[in-house]
Amino acid sequence: MNSSLRRLVEGGEIDRSRKLEFSFDGLSLFGYEGDTIASALLAADIPVLARSFKYHRPRGLLGAHHEEPNVILDLQLGTRHDPNARATVEPLRDGMRLASIHAKGTARRDKLAIVDYFERFIPAGFYYKTFMWPNWHLYEPAIRRMTGLGRVDATRHMQSAPHHHLSVDLCIVGAGAAGLAAAQAGVRSGRSVLLVEQRTRLGGALLWHEATIADSHGARWAESVAESISAAGAKLLMRTTAVGLYDHNAVVLHERDGDAGRIWQIRARQIVLATGVIERPLLFGDNDLPGVMLADSSLEYLRRYAVLAGQRIVFATGNDTTYAAARAYAAVGASCIIVDSRRNSSAMEAARAAGLEVIVGERVERALGGQRIRGARLSSGMTLSADLLAVSGGWTPLIHLYCHARGRARWDPQRGALLPGEARPGLRVVGSANGARSLSEALAEGAEAGGGNAADAPACADLPFDWGGAPDTRMASRRYRVWVDLQHDVTAKDIALAVRENFRAVEHLKRYTTLGMASDQGRTSNVNGLALLAVHTGKSIADSGVTTFRPPFLPVPLAAITGARRGELQAPLRRLAIESVHREEGAELRGYGDTLRPAAYGPVADSMLRECTAARTGCVILDASTLGKIEVLGPDAPALLDFVFYTRMSTLLPGRLRYGLALTESGAIFDDGVVLRAAPERFVISCSSSHVTAMVAHLEAWREDRFDLARVYVHDTTPRWSTLAISGPDSQRVLAQLDPDIDLDDAAFPHMSARVGSIFGYDARIARVSFTGERCYEVSVAASHAEEIWRRTRAAGAIPLGVEALSALRCEKGFILVGVETDGETMPHDIGMGRARETRTDSYVGDRSLQTPAARGTGRRQLVGIAADGDTVLPVGAHALHRDAGRRRSIGWISSSHWGVGVGRPVALAMIEDGASRHGESLEFEHFGTLHRGTLVAPCFYDPSGARLHVRP
Amino acid sequence: MQILPCPYCGPRSDAEFHYVGDADKPRPSRDCSDEQWVQYLLMRRNARGAARELWVHRSGCGRWLVLVRDTVNHEVQAAEPMNR
Repeated sequence: MNSSLRRLVEGGEIDRSRKLEFSFDGLSLFGYEGDTIASALLAADIPVLARSFKYHRPRGLLGAHHEEPNVILDLQLGTRHDPNARATVEPLRDGMRLASIHAKGTARRDKLAIVDYFERFIPAGFYYKTFMWPNWHLYEPAIRRMTGLGRVDATRHMQSAPHHHLSVDLCIVGAGAAGLAAAQAGVRSGRSVLLVEQRTRLGGALLWHEATIADSHGARWAESVAESISAAGAKLLMRTTAVGLYDHNAVVLHERDGDAGRIWQIRARQIVLATGVIERPLLFGDNDLPGVMLADSSLEYLRRYAVLAGQRIVFATGNDTTYAAARAYAAVGASCIIVDSRRNSSAMEAARAAGLEVIVGERVERALGGQRIRGARLSSGMTLSADLLAVSGGWTPLIHLYCHARGRARWDPQRGALLPGEARPGLRVVGSANGARSLSEALAEGAEAGGGNAADAPACADLPFDWGGAPDTRMASRRYRVWVDLQHDVTAKDIALAVRENFRAVEHLKRYTTLGMASDQGRTSNVNGLALLAVHTGKSIADSGVTTFRPPFLPVPLAAITGARRGELQAPLRRLAIESVHREEGAELRGYGDTLRPAAYGPVADSMLRECTAARTGCVILDASTLGKIEVLGPDAPALLDFVFYTRMSTLLPGRLRYGLALTESGAIFDDGVVLRAAPERFVISCSSSHVTAMVAHLEAWREDRFDLARVYVHDTTPRWSTLAISGPDSQRVLAQLDPDIDLDDAAFPHMSARVGSIFGYDARIARVSFTGERCYEVSVAASHAEEIWRRTRAAGAIPLGVEALSALRCEKGFILVGVETDGETMPHDIGMGRARETRTDSYVGDRSLQTPAARGTGRRQLVGIAADGDTVLPVGAHALHRDAGRRRSIGWISSSHWGVGVGRPVALAMIEDGASRHGESLEFEHFGTLHRGTLVAPCFYDPSGARLHVRP
Repeated sequence: MQILPCPYCGPRSDAEFHYVGDADKPRPSRDCSDEQWVQYLLMRRNARGAARELWVHRSGCGRWLVLVRDTVNHEVQAAEPMNR
C-alpha cells in the first residue's frame, strides 16, 4: 500500500531513515520511527480501524492522543500481548502485529455490522427491558460475546515492574507551556521538582501550534527548558500519566514503559495540574463516520507526524482556534473550507484575507458517506465534498485530578466549559485547564504556581486561545443519528429517551445510557451529554451538575497495579530454621497459616498411619518452633495476664504451666495456649502457631489501655527459639540420651512443669506439655542449635512427626484448634470450660459478654465427639441434620475428622447445638448429598483419664 | 494513601497502621446493664468530621495511638499515645 500520498516529504518528529514494518488486520504496512500506531495507520490511509461497541459501526480516528475513543487494537510484539492497546498513544515498533478488536472478521468487513440495522430496537437500556424474561443469565453469554473490547489471553502474564516511590516538593502534571513555566520557577526557587508528561515529548500543544516563547519557537523553548531543569536536578517522566490523586497529596502515576508499565507513588508538598484541554466533537447526523476528526488532532497529526489527515477538508467550528489548523493544512496544499456557525470574528477576516474560503452562519447537519466520509450537508442544504471533516465543538479542561481531590467543577458559560471551583489545599490548577485565555496567561499562572512571580514568566508573542462557548446542540435533531459517546455508542436519542423515562439526574442518566462509562470515561462526550440533558430538562448545565470523576483517569493494566507482588512476594512464607533438614528427611511441606511446615515425612496419605503409630507406641519428634514464645515481664505481669486470660494465671507457681483461653471483648475464644511462669515476674505464653502476631497486639492493647507501662512489658521471642517436641511413651529415654543437666525423674519434673538447663551444653528450656496425649517434652533451644539437637534426637531413636499426623492425634484426644473447631461465636463454656465464668469475680477481657442472655441461652453450638457408625472416616464440613415436619435444618457441623490410631476407629469433633447435653444421640450428617450417621459422644476418645501422660515402655 | 503521624515513629504511610475503633470509650464495669455493654461493645459514633480514633502501628513500633482526624477530608489534627 502506498502511504506516501498522505505523508509530507519533510517535517514532523519522525525519522524517515528508520522505516518500521507492521501489520494491521493482515495488511502489511510501514511507518517511521517517531510514529504512533495511529499516525502510521492514518498515513496508510486506512479509513476503518475499529467497530463500535454496540452497533458495530465503522470507526476511524477521532483524536490524536488520550482523547481517542474508537481505535483500540489487539497488539502483539514478540512475547508481548496487549488486548486493548490504544493506537494514538502506543509508539509504533518494528514487527508489531495489530488486529481490530470487537469485529467478527476484520474492522473493514465485520460480519456483525448487520447489528446496526436493528438500531431502533436496541436503544439505551434495551436489555433491562428485553432480556428480563425468563432470566437475564440466559442471554448474557451471547450478549457478552457480541460486545466488549479486547479478548484477554489467560495463558499470558503481562510483564510488570515493581512500584516506585518518590517524595518531592513539587509535582507538576503536564509539560505544556504552563507546566514547563511552573517547573522552571520551581527549580529556580530551589524545590525538588517532578515533571510528568504523557506524550513522548515535552511541550504539549506547543508541539503543533505556532508559538514564540523567549524569542524561540515554542517546541524549541520546551526542549531548552527541559535541558536546564534536568541539569538543575528536576526529574522528568515521559510517557507517564497521573491516573489518580489521593489523600494527603499522593499522586499515582502510570509510566508506559515496556509491557504493563510501572506504577509510581508520589508524595508531593505541592501539586500543579497543568493538564490542558481536549477538544469536543460537534453534534450532527452520522458524526461518528470514519473521516470525522477533531480539528486540533488533525493539526497534531500534520505537525508532529507529517501526516495529512485529509486533502479535501471541511473545518466545522464555532471558535477561532480551529483557524490555525485550517491555515496549516492550506499551507501544505490541502483544499480547505471553513464552516463557521458564527457570523463574524477577527480570525474569519484574517483567513479570508489569506485566501481561505469561509462559510459563515452555517452548521454541518449531517456527514455523508459509508465506510469513510464523502462530504457534509450543511444546515442550508448545501453539500460540500470532503475526505476529512475536522470539527471543533469547544474545549474541555482536564480537571479529573482536581475532582479526585474532592474539588467541585463549576460551569463557566462564557467559555462553555467546566472549570475548577474552589481551591484545594496543596493543589493548583494552571493554564488552559484553569481557563487561561492566552499563552501569556498560561505561562504567568504556571510560573506563579511553581513558586515564582507571574512577572518572571518567560516572555512570549501573545497567542490568544479562543474557547468558543457552550456546546452547540442545534444540529442534534431527531432526524439523524447523532453520536454523543462514541466509545459506548450513546446517541442523542438515547439521552432524550432517558429523560422521557425520568432518568433526569446526571448520575441516573449516566447509568441508564452508559454515557461516559467507557474506558475513556467520556472525555469527549460528557459535556455534550450534559448540554443535551439541559436541552431536554430545561435546566442549565450549572444546575444539573456533573457526574463524579473517579480514578483511574486512564485504564491501567492490572499487572502494573500488581507490580512485583505476585506469589511469595504477595504472601511471603515464613520458613522454619531447619527447613533444609526436613527436606532431607523427605518431608512434604505445606503452608499452615503463613508458615511452610512438614505435613508428613513422605506422601501424606501413606505416612500418617506410620507416624501416628510411632507417636502412640514409641517416640516421635515434631518441629513445633512456630508455637508462640511471648514473654510478659514485670511486677504487673500477673495482673495483665489475669486480665487478658479467661483462665487465671496469677495463681500459677513458678516453674509450672497452665492451659488457658484468651477471649475477645465479645466473649469469643480469641486464642488458646499454655502459659509458663518462668519466674514470679516473668511469664512465657506459648500461643497457637498462626496467632502470635495477633496475640502480641492483643496483649499490647490491654497493656496500654490500663496498665502502668513501666511495670509490665510484652516481648515476642518466637523466632529466636526453635522448639522440638519429643513425644511418646519412649520419650523420656530418648531425652535422657541428649545429655540434659535436668533431673528427668517424674517426681522432680512432673507433667505441666518446665525446667531451664542445658542439653549437650546448649541452653535449653524443657516443658512437659502434651498435644498428642502421650508423655511429651518440648525442648526449646536457640534456633542455631536446632539442627544438631534434631539429628541427635533422631539418632537416639525418635521418628519425625508431621503436622497432619499431629492433627489426627490431637483430634483423638478431643483437643481443639482455635479457628478450626471454634469460630467467632464460640465461648469457653461451649467447649466445656465454663467454670471460670461462674467462679471468677474480677474483671477480664470478655467477662460481661459471657453473662448476656445469648451467652446464657440454649441452642448454642457446643463441642462434641462424633463416633461414626462403621469404619468410614466422616467428611469434614458435613452438616448435622435436624428434621422437623419434613423440613431439614443444619444444627452444626463436623470440624475435624480422622482415623484414630489409638482407639482403632474413626474419630471426629463437631460443633452441635446443645451438643454437650445430647451425648448418646444418633444424628444424620449430610455432605454434598451423601448421608452419614454418627453418635454424639464426649470429645475425648483416647485415654480420658490422662494415664498415658505418665506411661513408660 | 494517608500519612499518619505516629507519636513514636513520626509520619508514616497508612499501610503500616490498623484502625481499631473509637477512642475514649470507657470500659463499663461487670455489673453494667446489657444495654450499656452493647453500647460499649458494638455501637460506633460514626462521626462525620472531627473524630478521635484508636489506631495501632502494627507494622511499625506496635504501639497504640489516638488520632484526632477528620473523617470527611482525612486531615489529621493530632496524634497522641493511647496511654499517657
